[in-house]
Amino acid sequence: MISAFFIFNQKGEVLISRLYRTDLKRSIADVFRIQVVSNSDVRSPIITLGSTSFFHVRVNNLYVVAVTKCNANAALVFEYCYRFIAIAKSYFGKVDEESVKNNFVLIYELIDEINDFGYPQNSEIDTLKTYITTESVMSTNVPAEESSKITTQATGATSWRRTDVKYKKNEAFVDVVETVNLSMSAKGTVLRADVDGHILMRAYLSGTPECKFGLNDKLVIDKSERSGLGDAVELDDCRFHQCVRLDEFDSTRTISFIPPDGEFELMTYRSTSNVKLPLRVIPTVTEIGTSSVSYVVTVKTNFNNKLSATNVVIRLPTPLNTTTVDCKVPNGKAKYVPAENVVVWKIPRIQGGQEVTLSATAQLTTTTHRQVWARPPIDVDFQVLMFTASGLIVRFLKVFEKSNYHSIKWVRYLTKASGSYQVRF
Amino acid sequence: MATFRAPPRKGENYELSADLNSEYKDKRKDAIKRVIANMTVQKDVSGLFPDVLKNMQTDDLEQKKLVYLYLMNYAKTQPELVILAVNTFVKDTDDPNPLVRALAIRTMGCLRAEKIIDYLCDPLQKCLRDENPYVRKTAALCVAKLYDLKPELVMENGFLETLQEMISDSNPMVVANTVAALTDIHDAAVANGLDSEIFVVTNTVLNKLLVALNECSEWGRVAILNALSRYDTQDERESEHICERVVPQFQHANASVVLAAVKVSVCPTCNGARGFKRGHQVIMIHLRNVRSDNLTKQMIRKMAPPLVTLLSNPPEVQWVALRDINLLLQKRPDILSSEMRVFFCKYNDPLYVKVEKLDIMVRLAGDNNVDALLSELKEYASEVDVDFVRRSIKAIGQTAIKIDEAAERCVNVLLELINTRVSYVVQEAVVVMKDIFRKYPSTYEGVIPTLCANLDELDEPEAKASLIWIIGEYANKIDNADELLGIFVETFTEESYPVQLQTLTAVVKLYLRKPDSSQGLVQRVLNTATKDCDSPDVRDRAYIYWRLLSTDPGAAKSVVQAHRPTITLPRTTVSPALLEELIGEISTLASVYHKPAETFVGRGRIAASAVPRKGSELEDDQNAARKAFQTVAAGQQSENLLNFDDPTSDEQPSGLAATQVLAATPAAANLLSGHSSNPLDDLVSIFGNTGMTNTPSQPQGGLSVGLGGLSFGAPISPAPPMTPSVLQAATPGPMLQTHQQPQPPQSASEDLLGLF
Repeated sequence: MISAFFIFNQKGEVLISRLYRTDLKRSIADVFRIQVVSNSDVRSPIITLGSTSFFHVRVNNLYVVAVTKCNANAALVFEYCYRFIAIAKSYFGKVDEESVKNNFVLIYELIDEINDFGYPQNSEIDTLKTYITTESVMSTNVPAEESSKITTQATGATSWRRTDVKYKKNEAFVDVVETVNLSMSAKGTVLRADVDGHILMRAYLSGTPECKFGLNDKLVIDKSERSGLGDAVELDDCRFHQCVRLDEFDSTRTISFIPPDGEFELMTYRSTSNVKLPLRVIPTVTEIGTSSVSYVVTVKTNFNNKLSATNVVIRLPTPLNTTTVDCKVPNGKAKYVPAENVVVWKIPRIQGGQEVTLSATAQLTTTTHRQVWARPPIDVDFQVLMFTASGLIVRFLKVFEKSNYHSIKWVRYLTKASGSYQVRF
Repeated sequence: MATFRAPPRKGENYELSADLNSEYKDKRKDAIKRVIANMTVQKDVSGLFPDVLKNMQTDDLEQKKLVYLYLMNYAKTQPELVILAVNTFVKDTDDPNPLVRALAIRTMGCLRAEKIIDYLCDPLQKCLRDENPYVRKTAALCVAKLYDLKPELVMENGFLETLQEMISDSNPMVVANTVAALTDIHDAAVANGLDSEIFVVTNTVLNKLLVALNECSEWGRVAILNALSRYDTQDERESEHICERVVPQFQHANASVVLAAVKVSVCPTCNGARGFKRGHQVIMIHLRNVRSDNLTKQMIRKMAPPLVTLLSNPPEVQWVALRDINLLLQKRPDILSSEMRVFFCKYNDPLYVKVEKLDIMVRLAGDNNVDALLSELKEYASEVDVDFVRRSIKAIGQTAIKIDEAAERCVNVLLELINTRVSYVVQEAVVVMKDIFRKYPSTYEGVIPTLCANLDELDEPEAKASLIWIIGEYANKIDNADELLGIFVETFTEESYPVQLQTLTAVVKLYLRKPDSSQGLVQRVLNTATKDCDSPDVRDRAYIYWRLLSTDPGAAKSVVQAHRPTITLPRTTVSPALLEELIGEISTLASVYHKPAETFVGRGRIAASAVPRKGSELEDDQNAARKAFQTVAAGQQSENLLNFDDPTSDEQPSGLAATQVLAATPAAANLLSGHSSNPLDDLVSIFGNTGMTNTPSQPQGGLSVGLGGLSFGAPISPAPPMTPSVLQAATPGPMLQTHQQPQPPQSASEDLLGLF
């Protein structure tokens, strides 16, 4: 299992080092620095040297590194690294060199708690926060019952929830956030379109509420069983937060759970059928001789007039030898960014039913060596509120609790794309 | 906090020491923090041990943790001082606060001092039976820590028995940690060649684990699923039962849980099959067979969507999943047959993810999706990363070889790519075309003029050698073949050895086909090769040809133009026995590297000689032999990996890309040259077995191909049907072994090699 855990900064200096097992020496950190940090050509997230394997994940110029000497479970090690990052984010906001240095005591406390002898332990943020806090805790101040309550929670069947939660107003917010992945060929055919959906919940509910959650889905495990579409949405697969009773879902398809207090990700799902693409991009890019490239790019919306797409950012790649780009846009702002070889076209809002067109000409310098332009895809980022690309709708959220209180539920929908909505040209 | 990481001042430790003994609490705590900060940047603060120790007795939990952290780091260097801490530890294990009790027992296990260990046993005994589950789960792991330090103590105190009882604990987390501890101890014992009966998953244990599985934390689930996969099912119903209980875990948000569940559900299905074999003679065969099929089908159906979902994880996790999917596909090509599109590369995927996706796409290629695949591959071939572009072009070649009907479309795509005239694209396309010619001889001759037109563009040995091979092979169809080859003969001594060898062979082929027009050329090349060439392999081959041609042109014809077996795309990149083993280790490093754990884990890693012994335990002889070869090859490879300075370990292509040259490895260099030590032996063995020359079995294929002029290193099918006895008949030697299994170690080692 995990023998050591390190955090390096970009220069390869050790910010955090913790050896969980004795089969390694601290000096192993130098090996990582030499082999990975100061090596510009690292092409794999796992590096094995001799019998030592380094797993690394990069976040904001930091290397989060786990080291093992055995045939470790690679998926688990990476999940663990990402979990650490998530916990750190939730404790002190941003994970970067500055924050790691400022919070190193807390980090040591955390990594000792979430890992013992190389085996990951309870890493539920909500629970951790009850006994690892930013202010120091005096053990005398905490009555014994209190701490045994904590430990029962940390090990219990509902390790994610305290029992004594109380709210004046019982509310639950459900956010359905869908990320659309698209790759469209130059001819305008959809090569791949799918939706990664996340259902985020913020539960401010008293006591130990029992929740039941319903969607207009029908989970299709076998594609051959598809029939009678109706308005039901076909989900290819879904995954749940650990609070959801998986065995119950497996047998009766009901999503029932006792939610953690506060914010958590209830489920993620994937859908590939009938994906409604909110924006349609129609590019016409022509290379005029070797001296210039002309762009005519039209963006059409594909949703109801009452809705609108916001924060639309379209990145149009330009050839590497571009000198200047002359852009004309009716809406938003377009600017050539030489460092990234793109024209960035930002549109704050496009109302449903509208369409906008950019026309631009890029001037090229002459180059000596013949190099075909690779034409990377056009990338589109956007957000559309109250719209789901998969068509998913929350049917109900029922809350049952002993005291039978009334609870208010709110649902929001958001469809977005960032970095994965790509149109080739 | 402002003083952290300040540049070292004179006598910093002295100041710290003063602060640690300060009468103010805050000052002391701050000093401890600074000590820890110094410790992290590897400044020596071991001298402050007594001062830090004084601060251990405190009600401030945070301060206590910091002192413990310090102790863990320096206990080993100050064993006689640690003894001073024992009292506090033992006292803490009686603290009313369970967090303090757990903390004390957790830390004591981490102190690497002989003296303190003896004091650990009593508190541990107590904590294992603590009323609080949090303390119990911490104590369970502490037993594993103790075993790591002093196994005798664990045995003497009966901690193992206690652990085994704790599997029945009412708390799922305690069960999970107990399982983790037992597995850890078990593995350590096995690694040391001791008793391997420490943790046996029996039927009773199984049921307890299945109960705990649904209730414990995600990490605990992984530990429990791991243990489940070690269970040997008794019959069909039992494996069905396990599968049913495990399947819900496919929906878990944590990728490692999903993969562990996949592992378990794959295991009972193969274990079930094994059970079936045992009961084969006794019970009705049909019924069992059908049911087993159903079970497998059902499992596979449920497994596919979660596997695809793993691709929405961060890239590192995706990569692990992709490597495992690759393995699963080798075992069961049908799992994801309709899902090729999800493996299309995104422009911003990291290279390692893209490469795996390419490999999987080729595996999933079939009649129904080949068009989509080809247009996608063509798209990739215009991207920026040279390595990725080359692999994409290779993938086109592999598709052509895999699907006969699509070969023509592939060739057309390749021609389009050649027309881009981008140097590395053209070169790679030429190499790929060579393999297409090997698979479909005399089919796409119309392409040859286009290829020859790009002769000047080629500057890489592999591409040159490929084109020369094509010219030699089709010498009678190319009018100006002698002219073209003449160019290479002209510069013969400046070319690299593979090119020289190919030129030599191609000219001989040309001579045998058009004796009149090329007599002068063959004379010249043989002269140059035997007189001016400094490679013994080239020289030897030239001598052989010369002698053959001068004594018996008929024999020369039958050797040089011998029938060559057609190439196929290997369905697996590892031997069947190894594949079975790796599938049982899904999501571990071994499955990521596609090579057995012994090759990269353990003290000495594996000695090649130890492997056959292990292999011979297998029932199946043939598999055993293969496995042995496999691991020998892997062993050699891993030796190379350790050679950090090895100049040959540059970037190498890998994986399914079986068509590349292995020129960089010494063993393969032997192969490349035909054979280094004694080429005549090979020849003799061919002539000695004339009957065998025409059988399409691999070793002769390899040899005659070598002499027939195609020594491109790895043939496209590394392990077609061959028996060890045939291998014996042909010259036994390292060459054949590497020849047979050149791929698997390489695919994994590429990741490592890329580093140096």
